[in-house]
Amino acid sequence: MSAYAIDSDRIGEEALESPSAARSAGGPASKRVYVGYGFWIFILSDMVMFSAFFAAYAVLAEARAGGPGGRQLFDLTNVAWETGCLLVSSFACGMASLAAASRNALWFQVAMAVTFVLGAAFLGLELSEFAGLTAQGDGPQRSAFLSAFFTLVGCHGLHITAGLLWLLTMMAQVVAKGFRADILRRILCFTLFWHALDIIWVAIFTVVYLMEKTP
Amino acid sequence: MSEASDRLAGAELNLAPGDEQLDGNGVAVGVRGYVIGLVLAAGLTAASFYFCFSGLIYAPAVPAALIALAVAQMGVHLVFFLHLTTGPDNTNNALALAFGVLIVTLVIGGSLWIMANLSHNMLPMSRVLEMQR
Repeated sequence: MSAYAIDSDRIGEEALESPSAARSAGGPASKRVYVGYGFWIFILSDMVMFSAFFAAYAVLAEARAGGPGGRQLFDLTNVAWETGCLLVSSFACGMASLAAASRNALWFQVAMAVTFVLGAAFLGLELSEFAGLTAQGDGPQRSAFLSAFFTLVGCHGLHITAGLLWLLTMMAQVVAKGFRADILRRILCFTLFWHALDIIWVAIFTVVYLMEKTP
Repeated sequence: MSEASDRLAGAELNLAPGDEQLDGNGVAVGVRGYVIGLVLAAGLTAASFYFCFSGLIYAPAVPAALIALAVAQMGVHLVFFLHLTTGPDNTNNALALAFGVLIVTLVIGGSLWIMANLSHNMLPMSRVLEMQR
């Protein structure tokens, strides 16, 4: 077996096969492996983009222009609910990927529906928070701190919105086309995307919300 | 690569032993991994929210504790949800992640360092206003 015979595996899945059976010596990786890898690279570059927003937020967190800070503005109960929704949604997404792996269309649709409902609940909570802040005059134009806050958290919310649309697309495609190889690859990419958004939310609730409330 | 050959390759590479017989044991093993991840992540989240208020931790150390908990939770997500391992079948994925972490660290750390240095060397706003008078 050549040195590179066992060098790649798809991200987002457990290596259920034995390494010796996994890669034929010298053969190219399967399309599923390199599609998953390519999407993993996209996710990492997305995280690099988020890191720029995090840096901007950290730099501008004290630039309040005489306006209110996070301590007065943020409601941690709301944040706890958002966090719970997104975490359980991520778990349900994992269940959907297992259902897809065992070609169980019913459980796939159920798990994806749960993922969608929880993701939509997260988005609703976030939008109501944004609407409340804007209504009381603490919108993005109030201070550099709030501009950075809305940019960072809003960008994550936009990703969630896009993810929800993608989720519905995958549900429809499984109905229309079944668990074809290309559909399964798209499901793989979607689960990677959804889990990655939860990872970014961990950073957001820690850096943006909890740090502002520390004694 | 054509769809047919991809499916063939998929049957050979991706539907190897454990994957093929996923109807019984495989699913149970998969679900167990996600449940462990969910429990660990929920526990770490709860700990973050708790330590933020409880006063259990020496107050100046709370931010460091929160960051440690967040990094731990990200690790839990990577291992139990994204199934990232350090095994030989995951080298490419782990190396890509390591590169991503390097860039993220440089961007955030570098920005904070430079901007802190810049604001340290700036005139206080009161002096600027005085000079404009």
